Amino acid sequence: MRRLIYELIESVRIAAAQIRANKMRSALTALGVIIGIVAVTLMGTAIKGIDAGVDRSMAGFGDDILYVSKWPWHGVEDWWNYRNRRPIKHEYGPQINAWIAANPNSALKLAVPTGQRNTTIIRGEYRVNNIYTLGTTSDYARITRSDLKEGRFFSDFEGQAGSNVAVIGFDVADALFPNESPLGQTVRIRDQNFQVIGVVAKQGSFLGLFSWDSMIAMPLSTYRRYYRVGEGGELRVQVDNKRMAEAKEELQGLMRRIRGLGPEQRDDFEINEQGTIREQLDPIKNGIAMAGLFITGLALFVGAIGIMNITYVSVKERTKEIGTRKALGARRRTILLQFLVEAVAICFVGGVAGLALAAGLTSLVTVIAPSFPLVFSTGLVVVGLTVSVLTGIFSGFAPAWAASKLDPVVALRYE
Amino acid sequence: MTPVAPTATRPTRPPGKLVIQIDGVTKFYKMGEETIRALRGVALQIRRNEYLAIMGPSGSGKSTLMNMLGCLDTPTDGHYDFNGKNVAHMVDDELAEIRNHEIGFVFQTFNLLPRSNALHNVELPLIYAGLPRHERLERARQALTDVGLGDRMHHRPNELSGGQRQRVAIARALVTRPSIILADEPTGNLDSKTGVEIMDLFEQLYEQGNTIIVVTHEEDIARHARRIVRLRDGLIESDEPVA
Repeated sequence: MRRLIYELIESVRIAAAQIRANKMRSALTALGVIIGIVAVTLMGTAIKGIDAGVDRSMAGFGDDILYVSKWPWHGVEDWWNYRNRRPIKHEYGPQINAWIAANPNSALKLAVPTGQRNTTIIRGEYRVNNIYTLGTTSDYARITRSDLKEGRFFSDFEGQAGSNVAVIGFDVADALFPNESPLGQTVRIRDQNFQVIGVVAKQGSFLGLFSWDSMIAMPLSTYRRYYRVGEGGELRVQVDNKRMAEAKEELQGLMRRIRGLGPEQRDDFEINEQGTIREQLDPIKNGIAMAGLFITGLALFVGAIGIMNITYVSVKERTKEIGTRKALGARRRTILLQFLVEAVAICFVGGVAGLALAAGLTSLVTVIAPSFPLVFSTGLVVVGLTVSVLTGIFSGFAPAWAASKLDPVVALRYE
Repeated sequence: MTPVAPTATRPTRPPGKLVIQIDGVTKFYKMGEETIRALRGVALQIRRNEYLAIMGPSGSGKSTLMNMLGCLDTPTDGHYDFNGKNVAHMVDDELAEIRNHEIGFVFQTFNLLPRSNALHNVELPLIYAGLPRHERLERARQALTDVGLGDRMHHRPNELSGGQRQRVAIARALVTRPSIILADEPTGNLDSKTGVEIMDLFEQLYEQGNTIIVVTHEEDIARHARRIVRLRDGLIESDEPVA
């Protein structure tokens, strides 16, 4: 055991000397590994980035919200089974809140009815299309995670009175009021004037997911004055996020009672949660992972062949040295270890260089395109280094094995 | 040429216990269709404290015999006992063990590691022996001092003269305290003056109690030994003490 450690130290020492002596050759050989590691880390960065992007987009909505809707968020093939479901009525909101008040142990906290559709908002010359327009009660301010950049959310009074007031997202504000504060100004929605009373702080969005940045909110009673709620009706129910599953079950039971469903009848509503949106991104993440894996695999394979080749060259060049070492008592294991360590060392150096390059590229992307989410992590460093070491073992083994099997007599005679 | 040392004044140490005993050793190589009979039945006994020269023209089987004695190769047939251990049928790693512990090699081309300094070159066999670092360094320093290179320990081979390089190689051979020192044409790459110095060093080592086998084709070098074994066509032609 002790002997193995000494041999290992000696191998590392030889490998270091060898790389120092053949800098150019080692660098060129490591290039394949560098590319492979850059590919693997950027792929990991992108996948992690998608998660981070979703988190950022969703941050304003809170991860403790269940959405009671007519349609499930995930795509369904049997749409005809959903089409005839009854709309979600806003009256359910107060009913659920009454249940919550009566059951202090409930996992549910607060239900807020909403209506939503896409509208166009106009201010003088400026106009923005397809803005997610939310009608809701003043309670919404209590369940949202977003902060206001300026102004305020509408009050209970404004909610009940059906005032024409609006809270707008950052991007909407930016588009309509490029160089001034929107507060107290008027925007037109469906030929109606709305007074802007609040602007939500910037969140950033990702892959076109909903984000508060491109939204507008108005009191539900106002919304209902101008739009038929019908299909767009929804309830947002804040729950205890430590009891998510329990809350979902409770809400389901409650909704069935409100809807008056018999035990044999199926649910005619859907309880959605943010996780569904995440799941919908899985195919994208898998796609990136597959493509990345392919590129990485290819690059590493080419890199491995380069290293295998250079290790064969190294064995050939040092045949006489191998003979000498064997004459001095180096066993097969010793020689095997020596060349294996050398191949691994080149890969390891390549791996470190690749990681450094990937880290550099990541920060460059972050500077150039801040909205593009890339996340570099320690996990990736560990993966990158492990992959490079494994590549070294894979590519170095055959030549190292050949070296260990050399006949000392033949090796010593080699010139 | 090298002047022959006056044999009369040279001390001869009494032979000790048997180190090498080979009997009926043959070695055949296949070279394409042809079988080369490098050794055709050799018997030889070498005792501790001997100073032996193996001579012979090229093709006589001299190198093959040396490889066999040095446990770099195994015989096709015959017996080979090293310190009472049968090494004729040992596998690679067992032979490596014997070479590491029992044999000190000195090569014609020195065979030092070019990128390592003298100290590390001498330390190398002790790494393979599994000795701890402080002990390795201590013994390597001692060996280098013994061959007169105490002040050259941190020089690399390319910073040393030929004679100094061969001294490093001899220190490397000595450092494991082997049963025999096996030198293959040790002066072959040196000028005659340096060659004499190296042979003087072997003389000293012999007088200090080492067992030395020198393989050479030079009569003058061989005459430094106390016994000369001459090979011809894979057989021992003569085996006699140096007068």
